[in-house]
Amino acid sequence: MLALPLVLYALPALGHAAADAEAQWARIPGDAAFATVLRYEDGDGTVAVRPFELMTRPVTNADFLAFVTRRPEWRRGDVAPVFAEARYLEHWGGPLRLGAQARPRQPVTHVSWFAASAYCESIGARLPTWAEWELAAAADETRPDARDDPAWRERILGWYSKPSSDALPDVGQGTADVHGIHDLHGLVWEWVEDYAAMLVSADNRQQSDPDRLQFCGAGALSTEDRGNYPVLMRIAMLSALEADDTTANLGFRCARDIEGGTP
Amino acid sequence: MNPASRTLLVVLLACASALAAAVQPSALPGDSVYRLDAAMSDQSGNDFTLAQRRGKPQIVAMFYTSCRYVCPLIIDSVKGIERALNDGERARIGFLLVSFDPARDDTAALRSVADKRRLDPARWTLARTGEADVRRLAALLGVRYRALQDGEFNHTSALVLLDADGRKLASSSRLGSVPDPAFLAAVKAALAAPPASP
Repeated sequence: MLALPLVLYALPALGHAAADAEAQWARIPGDAAFATVLRYEDGDGTVAVRPFELMTRPVTNADFLAFVTRRPEWRRGDVAPVFAEARYLEHWGGPLRLGAQARPRQPVTHVSWFAASAYCESIGARLPTWAEWELAAAADETRPDARDDPAWRERILGWYSKPSSDALPDVGQGTADVHGIHDLHGLVWEWVEDYAAMLVSADNRQQSDPDRLQFCGAGALSTEDRGNYPVLMRIAMLSALEADDTTANLGFRCARDIEGGTP
Repeated sequence: MNPASRTLLVVLLACASALAAAVQPSALPGDSVYRLDAAMSDQSGNDFTLAQRRGKPQIVAMFYTSCRYVCPLIIDSVKGIERALNDGERARIGFLLVSFDPARDDTAALRSVADKRRLDPARWTLARTGEADVRRLAALLGVRYRALQDGEFNHTSALVLLDADGRKLASSSRLGSVPDPAFLAAVKAALAAPPASP
């Protein structure tokens, strides 16, 4: 008689494991004083990033299809418009079919921030914060922080000069970085948990010109890092988005806290 | 009608209204902010969902209680609108202020602000929800915010007017005890409109 409750308990756990089996995670050591390009007036130019885990590749069309199969409220056509605009998953063949324009191993795009967050929560994870993403993306194949190397910048800038009309490559091509992570640069833009916070720099306490606050961001960027153009472009793009927006080049990957680490 | 059938009728009616309540969320419009299924709790410690705010237009804003500068101004702004309404209008509207800072804004902190600012609980709800839902609600309302290292928050300020089904009708970032005339006009128009049919 004990078997039945055990089975009932095991079922959700199995579902969880199945969704999770595809995803691989890499551990990113934290940095107590990470020099982010976002520099706010309240800090010294560094942020503390705790150790965390990041998916080794972006979430794919196949991953996302499995998610909407389990979660009807996130299917194209069923999702509440308040959480995803009309172009949500528009390149798929149908609500539950990838079709000719979406290969299983391509990164999923045309997903809103709400949908990306819901996906990560469904596997017990979350979107990475900007600082986490930026820390992970500072690495190259041999160094955890290659940002001062002009060759690193040149290589990433090369990506921007590629025509974006080409079909997206599959995830996980090429060499992984020193952490074992693929595609942080060169494939798609990626949602971060706090995308909406990145350029809130002007002080709201003064009642000068409230409309200016929404768009005043330049003051938040550190001047000495202007050479880090690839990352600045990403910030500019993310900060222009609303949470229900979707684009053909914007995907995501998930992060999670490390077990036993303080939240 | 004999007592037994009266009892049966009461039970049936209770079931019917329970059913109606159960199916109500699916009838929410797709563009309603109340689609966000966030677990909230108010200044009295009562749990509620956004969908339970249905039925009356609401003015929604985000704030935090330890904020010394702009948040008192947010409350002043909503109070300014409250004052500019007549008794009938005031009875048909709700004010919902949600904290950016669930870590520090517990029930007691919310209640203390509600008491200090003499906010009528018939209309005013000061609420908290989890961090992830704070982010989602801010995204839905178009409010951007960032936690500062000293525990304060930088945030854009918006009063958002929702209709009885939680759809955005208007918003204003003009703060102060003298209401933004365009926003006040939108509030009055929403209160003059016939209540939405269920």
